[in-house]
Amino acid sequence: MKIAVCIKQVPNTEARLRVSRDGRWVDEEDLPFVINESDEYALEEGLRIAEKTGGEVVVFSLGPERVKEALRKALAVGAARAVHLSDPAFAGGDALATGRALAAALARDSFDLVLTGSQSDDVGYGGTGSVIAGHLGWPHVWLVMGVELEEGNASAKVTREMESGVNEVSRVRLPAVLEVQAGINHPRYASLKGIMAAKKKEIATASPADLGLDASQIGAAGSRLEIVSVSFPESGKGAQMLEGDAKAAAAKLVEKLQKEARVL
Amino acid sequence: MANVWVVLQHREGQFPRISYEAIAAAQKLAAQTGGKAEAVLLGEGVGLAAAEVAKFDLATVHVADDPALRVYTPGAYIGALAPAIQAAAPAFVVFPHTYQTVDYMARLAQGIGAGLLPEVTGFEAGGDGLVWARPVMGGKLQAQVRVKGEGTVLVSVQSGAFPADGAVRLGETGETPVQPLSVDLSGVKPDREVLGYEEVGGDTVDLTKAEIIVAVGRGVGGADKMAPVEALAKALGAEIGASRPVIDNGWLPRDRQIGSSGQTVAPKLYVAAGISGAIQHLVGMKGSSVIVAINKDPGAPIFTVADYGIVGDLHEVLPALTEAVRAAKG
Repeated sequence: MKIAVCIKQVPNTEARLRVSRDGRWVDEEDLPFVINESDEYALEEGLRIAEKTGGEVVVFSLGPERVKEALRKALAVGAARAVHLSDPAFAGGDALATGRALAAALARDSFDLVLTGSQSDDVGYGGTGSVIAGHLGWPHVWLVMGVELEEGNASAKVTREMESGVNEVSRVRLPAVLEVQAGINHPRYASLKGIMAAKKKEIATASPADLGLDASQIGAAGSRLEIVSVSFPESGKGAQMLEGDAKAAAAKLVEKLQKEARVL
Repeated sequence: MANVWVVLQHREGQFPRISYEAIAAAQKLAAQTGGKAEAVLLGEGVGLAAAEVAKFDLATVHVADDPALRVYTPGAYIGALAPAIQAAAPAFVVFPHTYQTVDYMARLAQGIGAGLLPEVTGFEAGGDGLVWARPVMGGKLQAQVRVKGEGTVLVSVQSGAFPADGAVRLGETGETPVQPLSVDLSGVKPDREVLGYEEVGGDTVDLTKAEIIVAVGRGVGGADKMAPVEALAKALGAEIGASRPVIDNGWLPRDRQIGSSGQTVAPKLYVAAGISGAIQHLVGMKGSSVIVAINKDPGAPIFTVADYGIVGDLHEVLPALTEAVRAAKG
């Protein structure tokens, strides 16, 4: 099967974040970037299906120049080639604008399956894959925790996570867009051989003109949402922060739990 | 002025609390737009459920009753909602932010050319229109967001953001008119054949009855590094729980998972160690009586719901805490 996997490069959410000078986003200087967590699982799922069915994975990403690093990493774990949607006009899109651009890029080729992560760890709209499916006119499933190909790869039995520990199992005709949840598999690490091989693999770039898109349809200009500012929530609002080294803080906490909260 | 719709999620006619929260949000929003809130209910044989919604202060309860809506599928739900929303052109359509909503809301927005604003926690009237709040960076930051352009916007409201008891009911005798919403789903191609539902992991450990829970997150660092967690749990007489990354990494079995895809707990004491506090985890534990958070990142969102917080490495704090608990208990 020929499989496309859409990945996003996001700031490492464990990193110490600072608000940018204009107050509208985080300061990206010195910020470590990684492949979005659920996208890594989507990539792994794509590689497994490609290996099982004798196919290949093509990886897509939209973003600035640094995104090439994420694409190179995807090539190192086994993707055959990459497409980088690279143009300032793509920047700042909401799920509708980004989904529109990715769908246009995917439609230039013919895929049997498109995989994405379920939600980005930065803006977290959780809708890009569904929007892609809408443009392609394919079925989609969000929060996928299992994929089993059936009927000679004409359909898939898909497990979708619901709330409170219940999963929905359904059959979906292919091609489809499956939006993968973290935890579906155990993503592999790149081998040295894979890293070396990735250097020779192709990263094609695609501009809005290549995709037949007008700048007004994509990025910030094509979005209904505009982030006007970001701020830290009031940390420890209502929480008493206990200071001192581990031993002192622990002693204070036990005293509070006994005398103030009365739960010990 | 344009009205505000609210689409209510239910399971066989039973509403989760977040559906009432969505009603509260829609009423509050309608007060801003100068319109009225209208509810939409999709399903088969949902008359009794509609009667319950009619007790709230709404302009109309629209009921789409169709066999194709008995079991949720995105194709049928979008097939029912898309033409109705396009015809009425409400300013906003409010949804409870659930896994079911996220499964179809973006595709509905794409299909009808509506705006898409997921997971909001609040809004305020600004100089030129509403300013919405929603979490970004896994809840570490809050973004203030504006909607540009014309036309309906689909909005989902995060669990707990608009208290359910804020939903305004009518008096004893009042009743909102219930109207059938005519849908034609005969031409809708089923996009998903639902084969069934399965329980995950069998829930052999019932954390909902635990009085004290020590929950551990990614910060613990590995399955072989659980000893300080186990020691504290033993000293406190607590059960051990975990956030999702711990389960996904296989460090603890799935029946220990607390959060939206695991168990929802409300013990008298909840100790969260090395858990950053993603919303998916918070919804499963924020009802706990007393919450203690231990995390090396002072910006971790878990501190916003905690009663007591310690900034530090759990591998240093937990042993100290275990010792202090043992000493206190004699």
